[in-house]
Amino acid sequence: MPTNPSRLAYFPGCAMKDQARPDELGTLQALALLGYEVEEIPRWNCCGTVYSLAQDDLMRHVGPVRNLVRVQGMGEKRVLTLCAMCYGTLTRSARFVEEPERLERINAFMDTEDDFRGGIEVVHLLTLLRDEVGYEKLASQVKRSLDGLKVATYYGCVLLRPREFAVDDPERPEVMERVVEALGGTPTVFPERMECCGAYLTVGRSDVVEDRAGRILRSARGNGADLVVTTCPLCQFNLDKRRPAGAPSLPVLYLGQILAWAMGVDEPAVAALLTDEPATGKPVPSGV
Amino acid sequence: MNEITVFIMGKGYRVPAGLTIMKAMEYAGYLLNRGCGCRGGYCGACATVYRLPGDYKLYADLACQTPVQDGMYIAQLPFTPAERPAYALENLTPDGATLLALFPELARCVACNTCTKACPQKLEVMDAVQSSLRGDIRQVAEFTFDCVSCGLCTMRCPAEISHHHVWQLSRRLNGAYLTPRAEHVKTRVEEIAAGKFKGELDKLVTMTKDELVAAYKARQIEA
Ligand code: SF4
Ligand code: SF4
Ligand code: SF4
Ligand code: SF4
Ligand code: FES
Repeated sequence: MPTNPSRLAYFPGCAMKDQARPDELGTLQALALLGYEVEEIPRWNCCGTVYSLAQDDLMRHVGPVRNLVRVQGMGEKRVLTLCAMCYGTLTRSARFVEEPERLERINAFMDTEDDFRGGIEVVHLLTLLRDEVGYEKLASQVKRSLDGLKVATYYGCVLLRPREFAVDDPERPEVMERVVEALGGTPTVFPERMECCGAYLTVGRSDVVEDRAGRILRSARGNGADLVVTTCPLCQFNLDKRRPAGAPSLPVLYLGQILAWAMGVDEPAVAALLTDEPATGKPVPSGV
Repeated sequence: MNEITVFIMGKGYRVPAGLTIMKAMEYAGYLLNRGCGCRGGYCGACATVYRLPGDYKLYADLACQTPVQDGMYIAQLPFTPAERPAYALENLTPDGATLLALFPELARCVACNTCTKACPQKLEVMDAVQSSLRGDIRQVAEFTFDCVSCGLCTMRCPAEISHHHVWQLSRRLNGAYLTPRAEHVKTRVEEIAAGKFKGELDKLVTMTKDELVAAYKARQIEA
């Protein structure tokens, strides 16, 4: 069944619907401007956020697979996530059940759902922009150039690890830098861009996360960045809200927010950072 | 009389077909001091699990609402242990962080849907847990409006969530913070306090019986 290529099944994940709502709003508007009909999958459930590495822990895959069943029910072949954690969890489960025996057991357990037949691809905002939209088309859609704004591109870990489903070369990724370039910004490549932010230690050991966040922000600042972008609402929360006293105050945004701003969407988080110079109309960072 | 056999707590009894589980237990001689309340499907006291011969499924339902079937194995759950932490509504905010702080086990949900299958009210219990996780309090309140706090979902949940207490808190938060205030009620209460109806009320209170009857008969009613 040929599916409408512009229709895009979307798995938001809990963060995008709770503390990261501002990230979602502009990103979805930008995707609409890029020609996508984004459709939230019905009755989705939490992806589980951290996947089990045990080979026989089938239970932890029930949640992610149930979401894939919903995508299948929409008649779609791919599902978009905006969050690095969701991307990792859904992708891992999609691969996990490629083994027929596991799939059979999970299907037998989920007796209130249609059987999952496999074959759903999980895409992340970054892979969508690179592999479907393309950097050139992206650049051609820019209404307001970031005009050389120095953007530190922070990957964190789950986008690039494990290697089997990294969104890019796990040692030398470039997808986020290329996106920033397409939007007219100057990517700031900094050594800590692939360091873990501390992830869920933010719940019980925020001291560890503060330490990580401080190192990452200092490195970004030290390399001349005006702001940091992430493609994970958790990284964003950790870098921003767990920022230790004395760490550089540079803003931490979600990539979709600068994408939206560049495409002309009203994006208050970016607008707040930039003061248009009346003479040139150029965005310049304010108060960073 | 059409009789069938049911097994109550493992012992077989002949009972008339067509009785509810609750009545069948009483017919068999049980005196229900616990696990029985309204007898009308509202109070949630009569949570019961059962199996049917030749069927691997464990069913859950309300004893006062469920007819017996031949060969049924029945066990009642008069009480579901489930902790409800103390909270003061006025100190809480209606968001996901509040729910997670009081019920951190919510985050253990594995989306197995066992709770939904157990619910005698046919609520979307898993979806309500998922809405809790994303802080959509209003949605939780709407999903669980008909919860009778029977605790059957709670007994079946592998994540050991105390669902009905989360639902109750969510409905309270929804009522206190997310539902529009009824401004006209507030205005009317103020009017009453300011004595707007005092004259009329005083007049009624001081009327003789004959005057009251006459006033009653002369009242305006719908045609
Ligand atoms: S599914 Fe049942 S038997 Fe298997 S591990 Fe869980 S509780 Fe045990
Ligand atoms: S940096 Fe931390 S939160 Fe972000 S993707 Fe990696 S583990 Fe996750
Ligand atoms: S949600 Fe749980 S406690 Fe409420 S009626 Fe359903 S099974 Fe009973
Ligand atoms: S039974 Fe428990 S773990 Fe399973 S879906 Fe319901 S709340 Fe989640
Ligand atoms: S006795 Fe109240 S619901 Fe059954």
